[in-house]
Amino acid sequence: MILNVKNLTMRFDTKTIFKDLNFNLKEGSMTALLGPNGTGKTTLINILMKLLPATSGSFQFSKNIRLGYVPQFRNIEAEYPLSIQAFVGLNAPLFKTKKVRAIIKGELEETGLNEIANTRMGEASGGQKQRAYLAQALLDKPNMIILDEATASLDPVAKDELMNLIRHLNEEHKITVLFVTHDVPLARKYMDEYLYLNNKTIKQGKMSEFKGDYE
Amino acid sequence: MFQFEFMRYAFLASTFIAITCGVVGVYVVARKFSFLAHTLSEIGFSGAAFAVFLGIAPLWGMLLFTLLGSISVGELSMRSDQKESAISAISALFIGLGVLFLAISGSNSRYATNILFGSIIGVDRQGVIQLVILSIVVLLLIILVQKQLNFDSFDHIGALSHGIKTGLIGVIFLVALAMSVSIGSQIVGSLLVFILLTLPSSTARYLGRTIPAMIVWSVLIALLGVWAGLYLGFITNCPVTFFISLIEVAIYLVAYFVHVIRHKL
Repeated sequence: MILNVKNLTMRFDTKTIFKDLNFNLKEGSMTALLGPNGTGKTTLINILMKLLPATSGSFQFSKNIRLGYVPQFRNIEAEYPLSIQAFVGLNAPLFKTKKVRAIIKGELEETGLNEIANTRMGEASGGQKQRAYLAQALLDKPNMIILDEATASLDPVAKDELMNLIRHLNEEHKITVLFVTHDVPLARKYMDEYLYLNNKTIKQGKMSEFKGDYE
Repeated sequence: MFQFEFMRYAFLASTFIAITCGVVGVYVVARKFSFLAHTLSEIGFSGAAFAVFLGIAPLWGMLLFTLLGSISVGELSMRSDQKESAISAISALFIGLGVLFLAISGSNSRYATNILFGSIIGVDRQGVIQLVILSIVVLLLIILVQKQLNFDSFDHIGALSHGIKTGLIGVIFLVALAMSVSIGSQIVGSLLVFILLTLPSSTARYLGRTIPAMIVWSVLIALLGVWAGLYLGFITNCPVTFFISLIEVAIYLVAYFVHVIRHKL
């Protein structure tokens, strides 16, 4: 098991977001975290990333965990000046030695951004931006990656490109994937398992057997 | 021109100030702190007037006020929903206080003009040493946290998700900004110090695609402005501040229009 969640409960003031969540994630799994908007998917991720303390309960990652995280929103406007390479490199050591540059180049190649590495982030397409966010997270050499609504604003072609890349990372590099989305058809196409967060509880199962009460 | 001691001091002081403001400016613009930098310069005016009232050097009053001001305004602008109104209110209060301090200290209007519009030609040996030391302190502060400051300024959410202590980095940067405002005011004056803190770095955003490249451009443009400004001031006897603002605005506009034309075609 790469992640083990026990009786996790979250309340804001008197409002219960979710109660007594229990689930495990296997190493190398591809899991979609599904649920309608506002059910607490991002809250759950923030707790797992230790950006927010849970009200009660606990969770445990395996000992060798190296997490990569791609948050939902970024502030990249049209006038944003950094190149894709410089943006990705924000997560690398300050001094770009030969070795550091080689590592950054490797991740840009992995994410198919090498040819446009010098394009400004502000001028990159939605899909290219998402791949740059992913490349930045990959610099942490993660063995598990959490993506929050990474495809939400993408056109169908860019969506497939990103999902194929994520599948490649899973298959070739054995990276465990937790993919937050409310796009059920997309999850059916690319993900193996699901976690379904709704009505303050969570259900887990095979994606092919998923029967949500929304789509 | 360098046969005059005051010109040598002026060049030395403004070189360090331009480097400091050029570097800090890159982060001011990235963090969208231009308005805050402007407010801080008004707070600096008030601090300088307070120093005149106490009979100490204006620089120390500026440092005191801008340091206190940057922390409180910074906190306010991070928390308040109406940050622009809040900053305006604070800036109005401080300008009022500045006018009061000048009035009750009984100093003449030349002093007010010097504080507001700068008086680089009047910098003496001791003043130069103070400015150089303060500039080095600011640059050291930036270097100390540069990795985290880069990440936080250019990708706040990414920095947060990597567990960077963005609150602490923010405070350290505000301290560096307050000091830059205080020393920058010594040449262009508190009314126009935000020129050096925002225009070279705004221009640099059109020219550089990496943070080091932007810093180099920003510093070069700031240096060009103050050096040319001092020279033109020396030969024409017009205010140095006038030339510096004219040069910085001109360079910015050229870069801006080139950028617009390139993207329209």
